Formats: sequence, C-alpha cells, structure tokens
Amino acid sequence: VENVRLLDRLSSRKVALGTLYLTATHVIFVENGSETRKETWVLHSQISSIEKQATTATGCPLLIRCKNFQVIQLVIPQERDCHDVYISLIRLARPVKYEELYCFSFNPKLDKEEREQGWKLVDLNEEYNRMGIPNNYWQISDVNRDYGVCDSYPTEVYVPKSATAHIIVGSSKFRSRRRFPALSYYCKDNNASICRSSQPLSGFSARCLEDEQMLQAIRKANPGGDFLYVVDTRPKLNAMANRAAGKGYENEDNYSNIKFQFIGIENIHVMRNSLQKMLEVCELKSPSMSDFLWGLENSGWLKHIKAIMDAGIFIAKAVAEEGVSVLVHCSDGWDRTAQVCSVASLLLDPYYRTMKGFMVLIEKDWVSFGHKFNHRYGNLDGDPKEISPVIDQFIECVWQLMEQFPCAFEFNERFLIHIQHHVYSCQFGNFLCNSQKERRELKIQERTYSLWAHLWKNRADYLNPLYRSDHSQTQGTLRPQMAPCNFLYKFWSGMYNRFEKGLHPRQSVTDYLMAVKEETQQLEEELEVLGERLANLQKSKLNDNKVKSKQQDGSKQLGLSMSNNSLANTPQEYSNDLKSFPSRTPSQGDEEDSALILTQDNLKSSDPDLSANSDQESGVEDLSCRSPSGGGCLPSEDSGKDSDEAVFLAA
Amino acid sequence: MLRSSQPLTGPNRKRCREDEMLLGTVLEEGERGFIIDTRSAQAAKQARMTGGGTEPKSSYPQWRRLHRPLERGRPLQESFIKLVEACNDASISMDRWLSRLESCRWLSHVKAALSTACLAAQCMDREEASVLVHGVEGTDTTLLVTALAQVILDPSCRTLVGFQGLLEREWIEAGHPFHLRCARSAYSHARLKQEAPLFLLFLDCVWQLSRQFPFSLEFSECLLLTLFDNAYASAYGTFLCNNEKERCLCKVKESTHSLWAWLNQPAERKKYLNPLYSHNALVVWPSVEPQSIQLWQGLFLRWIRPSQYLDEAWAEIQRLAESN
Repeated sequence: VENVRLLDRLSSRKVALGTLYLTATHVIFVENGSETRKETWVLHSQISSIEKQATTATGCPLLIRCKNFQVIQLVIPQERDCHDVYISLIRLARPVKYEELYCFSFNPKLDKEEREQGWKLVDLNEEYNRMGIPNNYWQISDVNRDYGVCDSYPTEVYVPKSATAHIIVGSSKFRSRRRFPALSYYCKDNNASICRSSQPLSGFSARCLEDEQMLQAIRKANPGGDFLYVVDTRPKLNAMANRAAGKGYENEDNYSNIKFQFIGIENIHVMRNSLQKMLEVCELKSPSMSDFLWGLENSGWLKHIKAIMDAGIFIAKAVAEEGVSVLVHCSDGWDRTAQVCSVASLLLDPYYRTMKGFMVLIEKDWVSFGHKFNHRYGNLDGDPKEISPVIDQFIECVWQLMEQFPCAFEFNERFLIHIQHHVYSCQFGNFLCNSQKERRELKIQERTYSLWAHLWKNRADYLNPLYRSDHSQTQGTLRPQMAPCNFLYKFWSGMYNRFEKGLHPRQSVTDYLMAVKEETQQLEEELEVLGERLANLQKSKLNDNKVKSKQQDGSKQLGLSMSNNSLANTPQEYSNDLKSFPSRTPSQGDEEDSALILTQDNLKSSDPDLSANSDQESGVEDLSCRSPSGGGCLPSEDSGKDSDEAVFLAA
Repeated sequence: MLRSSQPLTGPNRKRCREDEMLLGTVLEEGERGFIIDTRSAQAAKQARMTGGGTEPKSSYPQWRRLHRPLERGRPLQESFIKLVEACNDASISMDRWLSRLESCRWLSHVKAALSTACLAAQCMDREEASVLVHGVEGTDTTLLVTALAQVILDPSCRTLVGFQGLLEREWIEAGHPFHLRCARSAYSHARLKQEAPLFLLFLDCVWQLSRQFPFSLEFSECLLLTLFDNAYASAYGTFLCNNEKERCLCKVKESTHSLWAWLNQPAERKKYLNPLYSHNALVVWPSVEPQSIQLWQGLFLRWIRPSQYLDEAWAEIQRLAESN
C-alpha cells in the first residue's frame, strides 16, 4: 500500500511517508525518498493487537501494538486498503498451526551439523554435573522417561537418592498436574537444595504417604538442615480457596519437620492486567510527572516485581545463610515457581550470571520444567486468559539486579531485551509449545534453529564491560536489600519504551566501554609484540616511532566511535501545551535525526529489530536488497558487488 | 540571553522609556525576542497590584512573552523536606512509594525547570532569537533557567573550569541569596521564610543531564554533591552572604579561602572529573518525559542505601577509561 504515513508517538511533528508491505512473516514500512531508505520491520508473531481507529481527513489510522512493546501508528489513505490490511494482519498475527510460525521458514544458512551444534550448546546434564550431581544425596531418575508420570516435566529429573520410583509416582498422584517435587538447584557447599513442584491435592484433610516421604527424602538429602522450608508463592487467600477445589497446601502437622511459608505473589491474571495498565501509562501523550507516577503505582507493576524478588531473596537466604533446603510451589508450579527458583539461583550462583550460565538457567527452570510458552506468549492463537508476562517479569528482575550490582553480570541490558524479544518472535524454536514432550513430538530441534547459538555467536554485543570474574561483586551470593528499598526499583524504560529513542540516554556507556576494552586489549597485545621486537632488533628509534603512532591512531578511532556527535539529538517537545510557540515545519532540518537512526556505527548486528541491518531476521540473503519488488537496491557498506549476486541467486 | 527582575509596571501600567530602549537595543530592526516569565500569567498579572507586573505588548512590540511557572520559595522548600522525609521513611510499602514520591512534587519541579531551560535554549539555538528571563526578583528561578540553559547550549559550560565560571557568574555574582536560601536544609524544624533549595534544584537538573549525556560533562556527580554540601556549610567563603555588596562589606575575599582554589588543585581535581568525558560541541537536548527524569539517588539516598556496589562500578569505569 502506497502513501502510508508512519507517525512518531512522542513527537507529533515527525511523520514519515512511505509504502507498507505485508509478507508472509513481516509487516514492513519503507520510507520514501532520500538516500537513506529507513525501514521498519515487524514480525507478525510480535503483533499483540491491531486497532482500527476512526477515519479522519488524512486517512484511516491503524495502531499496531507489539509484544515487545513497540507501538506503530500508521495512517492509510483509503479506507478499503486499511480494512484489507487490518483483516490480513488479524489473520497473520493469529496462527493456528505451528507450521505457520516463522521459525519453520527462517533460514540462517547453516548446515545440518551447525544446526545440531547450536542445539547442543546448552546441555542440562552437564549443568547438573557442574552442580555436583550425581552424588551421595541426589541422582538422576528416568521414571518419567516416556512422560508417563508427568507430561509437562522433562524425561530426566533429579531426585533424592532415597526417593524410589514408587515414592515419586505416588507423590505425583498427589500433586496438581502430577508435577512432583524435583530438583531445581543444588548447593554443593552445604548440601542445601531448591526443589520445585505444584500444589498438593490435599483439600481439607487428604494425605498421601508417598508425598510425605518425598518431602522427607528431600529434607534428608541435606544432612545439615533440621527442617525443610515449604514456600507457597501464592497469597494465602488464594491457596486457601484452592482447598475447596481439592487442592491447597501442605499442612505442617502432616509433614514431619517442615516450616511452611506463604509469599504472596499474585496470579497470572493480575499480572496481565498490571502490565496492561502500565502500558497504558506508557501510551499517554505528554504525561506530567504526576500522571506517570500515579499511573505506574496504580498498575502495581513494580510492586509485583519486588514481590518476586523478595521471594527469591528469601529462598537464597535460606539456602546460603541457614543452610536449609526449600521446596517451592505455586498452583501448577510452572509460573511463579519458575520465576522464584530462577531468581534465587541467580542470587546464589555466580555461574548463572555469566552469559552461558543464564542461558542454562532459562533452559533449566523454564524450558525443561514445562513453562507453557505457547499459552503464555501466544505462539498460536489461543485463550487470551492464558496470556501473561511471566518470563518478562523474571527478565525484569534480572535487570533490576543489574542496576543494583553493575559489576556482577557478564551480560548487559541488550542481552535481556533480545531474549525477551525472541520469546515472542518465534524466530527460533526454543520457546515453542508448552512442554518438552510437545517440542519433541514436533521435532523442533530438527526443524528449527536455537536462539542460544545465535546469541552466542553475537556475544560481543552482549557483554558487560564492567564485569570481571575476579571482582568481589561477582563472586558468591548476591545480597540485595529487602527493606527499605522501594526506591531501588526503577521503571525499565529501556524495555517498555524500547523504541522511543528520544527517551533514552543518547550515548551508550556500555558500548563505549566495550570498545575501550577491546581497544586496550589490542593495544596491549601489539605492545607486547613490539616489545619483543624491540628486544631483538638494534634499531630502537624506528620502533619507538611505530609504537607512538599506533597509540595515537587508537585513540582517534575511539574518539570517533564514541563521540559520534552527529548522532547527537534534536530538541524534544518542550512546549506541547503552549500553541503560541512557533514550531518548525517538518521539512526544516532534523537531518540529525535520520542520521541518528541509520548510521552504521549505531546499529548492532545482533539487534533483531533494527531492520536496516537485519540479514538473518529477514530470512533474506543480503543486507541491502529488501524490497519485494526487487527494485531500488541500496548497496550496503561492505558488500557492493556481492549484493547484486545475492539477489540474482535468490531470484 | 538576558536576565532581570520584573518590571515595576504597577496597577497604573507605568511605562519606562529607558527600560524600553534598553530592550530595544538588544534586537535588530524587525527581529523578534522572547521573554520567559517564570510566573504563571495569572500570578504575573496579580503582581501589578503590589507594584510589579509584566512587559505590556504595546510598549515592547518586538518581544513575545511566554509564561512558564516555576516553583520557588516556601513551597519549594516544603517539597524538598517532604522528599527527604519520604526517602527516610522505612515503613512505606512498595504500593505506596510512588504516590508518596509524587506527592512531594520534587520531580515535577525538576521536569519544569529542565523544560523551561530547554525552551530558552530552543529560542536561542533554533529560533536564533534573543531571550530575556525574569521572575519576580531575578535571583531565584531566573538564575535557575539562565544557568541551566547555558549548560545545555554551551559546551564550555560543561567543562570543569567552565562550570565553575558559570556558577560564579550566574549564581554568586548574579546575587542568588545563598545565606538566606541555604540555611538549615531539610531536617530543621525552623521553617525559615526565606529558605528555598533553588540551587539544589539546579544541581539536580545538571545531574539529570549528566545521566542522559554521560560523555558530555567534564565533571562527575562527586562535584555536584560537593557543591551541594558547600552551599549549606563550608570551610570556604565562596557561598557566603547574599550578594557581592555583602561580600565586600564582610571582607570575604580577604578573610576566607576560595572553594574553587581548593577544588582545582591537581590532587583534588582528579576526584571531580568524569572519566568518560569527551568534548561534545553540540547542544545537548535532554528528554523531559517522566521516564527520563529520575530520583537523584546519589544525593537523596546518600546516607540511606549502601553505595558500595555502585562505587565499585564507578571505579571500574574509571579504571577502564584510564587504561586507554
């Protein structure tokens, strides 16, 4: 569709005119004219909702809201076209079969072996070995090898040595969805562990010998602990209500040596509404400080984040300081339980704060333990009541921790944002379906690619320059304050206003410091080499000069990439309430803005949403030629000739 | 950019030829200027009853008046006190914190100050027009706007030396009554009438800029905190008294030492430098959206939250920047 306008949400002055394209996998808006063909690409899987608004004199407005919080406001000149686009997008954004998803057509041009290797990057067996299992207290069990005991659990579960198959099966019958207590994290320093399950089917008075034996086995697997904490992450009221439905929670009288604790994290419906309210605040036009703070508080979002964090802190303390094991559950043990176990693990074990370790953590507590990715994030069109930002909340907890402990994580904010993006993008197979069983049935590993391999390949973009493995902040347990610390929880504008570039610090300290680190390393290496040469050669003067000039070039290069001030910025809206202030017409300057968006330095090759650089994401051979019409190829920086060739081949 | 106090128009709409001529000389034939009045239109109008007022359009035809009410005086001090109380209150639960923060209004004042300074900067940089800034006395919100606008516009004001010069010029010599304004700070029960944290508000705005443009200020947060401390209680004479006249009468220059002299000593100076600094010749336009304006934790939570991890991070940043 031609002559479509793309409006900028923050600055009403900024309007781009261009052409809208709909492909099998993306919506693409290409801006008209000028040397810089700015493109905006949106994956259909990212589309959360589409709103057709009232037709105005300028055309039909169409508002697209995405799961990664991008909001696109289009104005389509003809009502007929607008309706067509609307209907198409509705269909495209709600796939009914897995085969419709992008991951089955995405082609990063890797061979079969590379694809396999990608899937092997994260190996949970290795992870449990790293923890120190199997050992005297814990072992792997194959009781669920055909998913016969619990179809949402993995085939390989880790249980106390004293838990026989009989006990496991018996316990599973007494647990909601058959999700029996299994190991999530083992602390080899003191044998304390974190186990997870779903709620017991205790009702008001039911008991199950095997379930009681299971908990006893877990407690005994920690000889240093006299009791076992049982943490129910639900609010007490909800848990009690469950009893009327024949479920509920563990009675301290029935289970020997347990200490029961409610933590009070709200359910998926409350969280869904909370996010919705917060996004409404984000969509306010020129809110006052008051509107924003009230709106944010009203959404309750940060309160929920803190609740999850506090639960993780409690569990980490129990393990690290008290040396006591913990059994965590909620209702079904696949939402709040996953959040809380992974936060606790992150606090306890510095390995999970490395890039690889974090991928392992998500694979362990989210993927293998049957978090319902499909239902929660809408891979396929399903029940809207199942949708909830569960993993988003976990990812935000990690960010909040990164802000409090800037040296403790090997990865940076961008890593988290890209993971969140791909939870919804369905570009890779990791976050498909609701369980390991479903993924194996669909042969995901043979038909799609692993996100972990993709991220690992681009890991240079995701490093935190302040991370040092020998740093005191990095080692051991992280101990965030629990109170008073309300002020420590900040609004994550990097995530929820991700696409509003005007809002963020205009200069990236992370990127600069990474560049500095690299540069310094290179210079040090060179210095070494030259130093050796100096020792060998007689002509010391010549070498001195070489070293000097190298250093100068280095700093010049650095100066360029860091303070690329042509990217600086343009004034924001400072006088939107006052009409009297004369505003410049859109055509007058703001060149800096277009430079801001497209300059190559600014783009990270791994960024999934930056279209100008997206080669793999588009599934298209090459950087430059993206228009379906095949016309108007823009030569990319590196591959001039190659691009033509590539187009020819693709055609 | 010019600054002054309010014109004494009064209830009878007095005119003053000299004042009109003075402002007339600033503009060329046909040129247009802006007057940024830091009072609301209503307050400015009411000021006439007590002898003050605004510049009438008819007498100052080339000047366009814009009103940007900025809080000053008692209400601003209350805002400060409330914020400090809120930060110290260990009993607030998470579901009340943000509304409590909002009720202090401090962040709204920061937003308003930054917006107004940006407006002044926009007039000059984008409209290429001259700007006159005034409130009532020309000693509080006026200086806040003119000083902040210069940090935004002028890269030399973002250097360590330039910033000190700016403070001398726009706050000290311009006659901000430090002695009256920076008396007891936020904990005192003595509610002094003349006390108001305009200077702190300025420092907070500068901190917001440093957060949004981490490479563009040559000085670090450490300097801002030191300035805050010294404005209220100092071993140096720099922030003493209320204006140059008083400083002369008290022989401040003869009997005290200058803060700048101490700060600029090579050993001290290092502490106040920003290791990430790189000269940015452009104007720095901050975002004034609520998401972009944050609570200055380094100041307001200075004694409340442990800064160990953040200090370590800063040390690491310094180490990296210096190793290059």
